[in-house]
Amino acid sequence: MAVHPKENRLILKYADEPGYTPGIDSYLAHGGYDMLKKAVGMPPQDIIDEVKKSQLRGRGGAGFPCGVKWSFVDRKSGKPIYLICNCDESEPGTFKDRQIVHKDPHQLIEGIMISCFANNVAKAFIYIREEMPKGARILDQAIVEAKEKGFVGDNILGTDYSCDIVVHRGAAAYICGEETGLIESLEGKRANPRIKPPYFPAVLGLYNCPTIVNNVETLCNAVHILDMGAEAFAQIGRANNTGTRIWCVSGGVQRPGYYEVAGITVGELIHDICGGPLPGRTIKAIIPGGSSMKILKNGERYKGKNPDGAEYDWGLDDVPLDYDGIAAAGSMSGSGGMMVLDDTVSIPAALANLMAFYSHESCGQCTPCREGSLWLKKITARMVHGQARPEDVDLMKSVADQIEGRTICAFGFAVAWPVQSYLAKFEDEFREYATRLSDPNADRQAIKELACNG
Amino acid sequence: MAEEKRDDLITVNIDGQDLQVPPGTNMVDAVAMLGKEVPHYCYHPKLSVAGNCRMCLVELGMPGKDRATGEPMLNEDGTPKIMWMPGPAIACGTKAAPGMHIKTDSPKAIESRESVTEFLLVNHPLDCPICDQAGECKLQEFSASHGRGYSRFIEEKNVKPKRTRLGPRVTLDDERCILCSRCVRFCQEVADDDVLGFTDRGSYSTLTCFPGKELANNYSLNTVDICPVGALTSTDFRFKMRVWFLKETNSIDFESSVGCNTEVSSREGKLYRVTPRRNDEVNDTWMPDSGRELYKIVEAEDRLHAASIDGQKASATDALNAASELLKTGGVAVVGSGSSTVEEQFALKKIADRIGTKDVYLVARYGEDDGLLISKDRNPNVRGALATGLISALPAEQLGDLALKINAGEVKTVFAVREDLAAAGLTEEQLAKVQIVALGTHANSTTEKAKVVIAGLTQFEKSGTVINQQFRIQKFHKAIPGPAGAIDDLAALAAIEANLSDSEESVPSVIGTAWKRIAAEVPMLSELSFQSIPDTGTLLDGSAFDSLEFVEGKSLHFEPKLEGANAQ
Repeated sequence: MAVHPKENRLILKYADEPGYTPGIDSYLAHGGYDMLKKAVGMPPQDIIDEVKKSQLRGRGGAGFPCGVKWSFVDRKSGKPIYLICNCDESEPGTFKDRQIVHKDPHQLIEGIMISCFANNVAKAFIYIREEMPKGARILDQAIVEAKEKGFVGDNILGTDYSCDIVVHRGAAAYICGEETGLIESLEGKRANPRIKPPYFPAVLGLYNCPTIVNNVETLCNAVHILDMGAEAFAQIGRANNTGTRIWCVSGGVQRPGYYEVAGITVGELIHDICGGPLPGRTIKAIIPGGSSMKILKNGERYKGKNPDGAEYDWGLDDVPLDYDGIAAAGSMSGSGGMMVLDDTVSIPAALANLMAFYSHESCGQCTPCREGSLWLKKITARMVHGQARPEDVDLMKSVADQIEGRTICAFGFAVAWPVQSYLAKFEDEFREYATRLSDPNADRQAIKELACNG
Repeated sequence: MAEEKRDDLITVNIDGQDLQVPPGTNMVDAVAMLGKEVPHYCYHPKLSVAGNCRMCLVELGMPGKDRATGEPMLNEDGTPKIMWMPGPAIACGTKAAPGMHIKTDSPKAIESRESVTEFLLVNHPLDCPICDQAGECKLQEFSASHGRGYSRFIEEKNVKPKRTRLGPRVTLDDERCILCSRCVRFCQEVADDDVLGFTDRGSYSTLTCFPGKELANNYSLNTVDICPVGALTSTDFRFKMRVWFLKETNSIDFESSVGCNTEVSSREGKLYRVTPRRNDEVNDTWMPDSGRELYKIVEAEDRLHAASIDGQKASATDALNAASELLKTGGVAVVGSGSSTVEEQFALKKIADRIGTKDVYLVARYGEDDGLLISKDRNPNVRGALATGLISALPAEQLGDLALKINAGEVKTVFAVREDLAAAGLTEEQLAKVQIVALGTHANSTTEKAKVVIAGLTQFEKSGTVINQQFRIQKFHKAIPGPAGAIDDLAALAAIEANLSDSEESVPSVIGTAWKRIAAEVPMLSELSFQSIPDTGTLLDGSAFDSLEFVEGKSLHFEPKLEGANAQ
């Protein structure tokens, strides 16, 4: 697979090279574990400082600065510190971590080991989703290989530092991607996210010990920060949006797939790299960062002021493809799972599909999310089956507003945001479903077919 | 507030009103101190915080601090500037911190409560007319006070199991369950019997027992008490009585020396249930299932409904006179009871003094101690017998000494109060050798052989006090009248005492007046009266009995003193 010239591959640099295998020999032949060797010779605090200086932000969804997260860890409690690699990549539209785990697992292991050394962690866990059985086998094998070579386990590289990595498979629940839900699940319990306060992982995480939870891609970046130095790393992309990001593009484009890029715009990704919409179609909207994020409608203008005072006036294609750019457009880059909806997609049907997913995945612990998500599913399902009432549009908005911000974890936002943004941007379509298509004489079969995307 | 400032207290502000609380106070409790209520379902003061019902959402703010200098940020008038959080926070998950501000009645807080109430009701069956919880249901109450009063839900409601038998005493209606997890946490944290959990996800989440397990522990009915809705119901009480018809009477659990505080519910002279009453020094908000069954003794088949003389039904007065005559005959032994009240024990002590007998016994009753709310000593009031001087040493389970004295012919008459002499080790032969006066509530081999039987009252039919393992004197009240032919134990004993007395001074038969004598004569109880003992009891100084080796082990709020032989 040829790499597009606009790509800027750092993490996936070798992954798709012909002949590159997940085995340790491939990795070592490409300079693998050199950075771990460098790390164990450094004072751990220097590594943390380096990561802070690099301005690396979390790649899992919230985009929290990684170095700052590490600095929150309670190092005075006397309890062991754990590190968990969140490989429960389950946000619809996201498939980047899978590439790393399947094609270059040792890079992840090296990143984990550097992060563990920097934070004085003696035990790390990789929580991998149930639907990646092959990935789990690859990681297990990679850890065995790394142990043989002294990169993982006791007395790493001849030093007195020891750290073990355990691969733990989930049991297929979206909520395990939420870090405190993941911790509960790792402890062997039902993955109900914990209340914060008091259960901030940095203080009361796994087994109530201080815990760092980082995404796969984030941890891999630790290798490259040590390799090129924080300053050089920070030169990639825009300030506060440093480093490359792997974007997973799916939906109505000619070349869907994963692309590691930096410093480009949404338009460059969709049109140049992915080849634009399918022949004869136009792009209606994109969901920029996984299905939870707010939708961006094609044709809208995004205006505002940059922190430096410069005014901007973007169309969808002009939006910078990074955390701050997409945030300025009113959404979030999330987990990097970009879904492109073209003009054949019925937005209410897309929302009904999404609500079916979220109501199925709500853990059921707290009231607004548990009851609200299923209610929204029932309304949207009714809507796409031609049985909506005119008042349903406002009702959906109201239910979503009642969920937002009232739940234990961010899942509540993930349910509410799509509803709120789809309704705000495509209210006409919903109104049409709610009125014209709810006509008793309407052709129900046609509506169903429309809802099911033909 | 103008109150004097205590160093160990901090000031928080609730709806504009300053309040001093200990640091770390749960904000639900802090609001309650102001006489207000933050509605909540999942929060329970005696369980861990789950924060899942979201009913207690309030607005929360802290005094701002300048990021650069760390200096407090001030308003123009010099008051601290409060930085309000953008979203609502749960009061139950918020611990009081200096300067914390919360708003419980702002539009945002009210809207949050209305939202949560609406969500809780969308899949609720709304079957209040046939629900046992109706009338004491938090969902019902809060729907009225915090709901919008109309429904926007037209979809089909979820269907879940309607009558699951979770255990021998608890029946579950899953459709009513609001998944607050109180019962799950109770089983994990208090009962130490982790059998409950949720299956399925989202709105289909269903409370159930783990496969192969059942909710059978002796504390299972507490889950029914703490269930804020009608999901967990007592199989015994289910469909028996609407709760608004019930009259509540404060009582005490008589099954052991722990003395759990209870509430007895009755209607028109009939008992329907016993539930725990909160006492943070004794039983928190819990009680054993076994103690709840005790109300059934009132209508038991072997209940004594009338007095008798020589097996013939007699009036209480005749029986009391006959008993008094027998007790005058000499060679009398008295067998008192650890399940009599302090007042009855006091009166019995007076009787023993009047007839001049030294042969006073008590029957100990021991069982396994469960470490929680049932102690090894299954008599509720052995310490009362010690305090009143009825006995001076710990009782034995068997009446061995009495048996020897009967054999030797020294004892010719036995006055048995609430005890079965056969169960306490006396043989048929020995019972046949003596004349028996029995005061009791239920028929047994002693009452069968007794010359005079006086029918007494159960703890539900009379008032009195008992002293528990902590030397805490606790009172209980009459909930229902006793059988027509029965007589209050204290009145019976007082009458006998009066018959035996030559002077006019005898034990009053009414509890309030009896306490005047008790306070005057019993040093340990000198400061007290029946009225002055609060509902949660009064802790007495039991150090006079430090040399006795009480049998109780550790239980919920009790640590046995390691004195006497054990300490060495």
